[in-house]
Amino acid sequence: MADEAGTTESNGEGSAETEAPKTPPGMDLRNLVDAEFPGAVLEQSAYEDREDEVTFVLKVDYLLRVCEYLRNHPAASFKILTDLTAAHYLENEEPFQVIYQLVSVDHARLLRLKMKIRDGQEVPSVTEIWSSANWMEREVYDLFGISFAGHPDLRRILLPEDWGSHPFRKDYPLEGRGERIYSKPTRKESGE
Amino acid sequence: MLDVESSQRVERGPSTVPGTEDLVINMGPQHPSTHGVLRVILKMDGETVTDVDCDIGYLHRGTEKIGENITYTMFIPYTDRLDYIAAPSSNLAWVQTVESLFDWEIPPRALFIRSMVAELSRIASHLLWLATHALDIGAMTVFLWCFREREMVLDLFERAFGARLTVNAFRLGGLFQDVPQEFLDDTRAFIEIFPSRIDDYETLLTENRIWLQRTQGVGVISAEDAMDLALTGPILRSTGVQWDLRRAKPYAAYPFLDFVVPVGENGDVYDRYLVRVEEMRQSTRIIEQCLDMLPDGPVSCKTPRTIKPPAGEVYHSIENPKGEFGFYLVSDGTETPYRVRIRPPSFINLAGLKKLSVGGLLADVIAIIGSIDIVLGECDR
Repeated sequence: MADEAGTTESNGEGSAETEAPKTPPGMDLRNLVDAEFPGAVLEQSAYEDREDEVTFVLKVDYLLRVCEYLRNHPAASFKILTDLTAAHYLENEEPFQVIYQLVSVDHARLLRLKMKIRDGQEVPSVTEIWSSANWMEREVYDLFGISFAGHPDLRRILLPEDWGSHPFRKDYPLEGRGERIYSKPTRKESGE
Repeated sequence: MLDVESSQRVERGPSTVPGTEDLVINMGPQHPSTHGVLRVILKMDGETVTDVDCDIGYLHRGTEKIGENITYTMFIPYTDRLDYIAAPSSNLAWVQTVESLFDWEIPPRALFIRSMVAELSRIASHLLWLATHALDIGAMTVFLWCFREREMVLDLFERAFGARLTVNAFRLGGLFQDVPQEFLDDTRAFIEIFPSRIDDYETLLTENRIWLQRTQGVGVISAEDAMDLALTGPILRSTGVQWDLRRAKPYAAYPFLDFVVPVGENGDVYDRYLVRVEEMRQSTRIIEQCLDMLPDGPVSCKTPRTIKPPAGEVYHSIENPKGEFGFYLVSDGTETPYRVRIRPPSFINLAGLKKLSVGGLLADVIAIIGSIDIVLGECDR
């Protein structure tokens, strides 16, 4: 575990140096996180180097600790989890991304955290850190079928409780009335 | 009949008073004071609310999925159907999100018209909120007066865009066409009479003893809790946090406009009322400045026939009348978006209902739902 974290850290720093000679946006936050949790941030990016679009890809194990740190550290102070959603990339090895959009009112800035996960992999729930995650995690569970470990009340929220599958997955068919299972059901669904 | 007890989490349990049990009350989905198809299941201990569970999704249409399968331009009318009370605001959020993937220069005339129409939609939204909120609490006259003025705003939309409710106001790169001069004249006439109409509403409510008793100290939330629950818009500002995306992340013509961001102190239903009423006055000021400063020139920049943004992802949000309304957009470089995520203020603000209501009275829940100002089209998407 410690070895793995160490190697990722050196990789991350090396690539950051070669990719961007000038300081990429969000570097202050990156340094903040790296100092406390080396290896937690796997990738860093920003659309067209915009300050508002800074994205950190996190290791799943570090999610809760990094979130809590970013919420409570005065230099970050991300008190608001404004959005939590997911995206499905069928062809990727880790097909799901869970995306957290943080807002710091004190510093008037945004930060996007991201996690790449396998199908069926559980994600730790951030409801203990931000209460707003409650309904948004339920929505992601409802529409993408991603489970959140430690969520106090993980039920479907928008769809009927007996819907059976998760329509925002990319392999869900667009046409046809009622429920169609396009791909073979996942382990969890057939288990239910 | 709905089976209240079987499928839901809120269950009858022992009450605090020996020999009695908690009462489960089903409110909605067609209750006149729930503002759309919202079902609320309340657990009561006598008159006190002990648990709240919202059953939503009656209007779920999979708008995000639809957006992932049509072109960027085709999605604009769908955004009308999200917050249909203030449709131009939703349009604005979408077109600005897509435009932020490009480096287009939107002509200043279009920016000012966008800000002006967004503020008109804020007035329209707040008027509908005030009308129904007051009606819920029992003030019938306010409802009639507010709808009189809301009609005027909808007529303005019709004059400029040809539709009253789902206006499809903006296009990628600017506007479809310039607004007619009559629209500008009528807007000026409207903002001349509107401040006195706001005074009229305030005469009925602001110092009305019944109104004060029903709203002051009801549904109180602290700034810390509001941020924890990601409540945005007037609810957050009523707690004293000066957070308005028109100021924090200025868009459209807002960098050039002078306005005050009203904040409250106590974070109760009454302060939310005061904040929204003051926002209507500020909107009037903004519209007046837009009319005065409105530059001449084209209303649309040159855009390609097929919109193919570069691959990438952005999150862009604006200050909708109800709160932070945003889009998280992933483009894969094709004509259709890869992922469209709508950040719905109503959905996230409604999640705060439990925190606001527990410990209060049943009658307060009605006042609190009104003060959250939800629209279910956008909550359920």
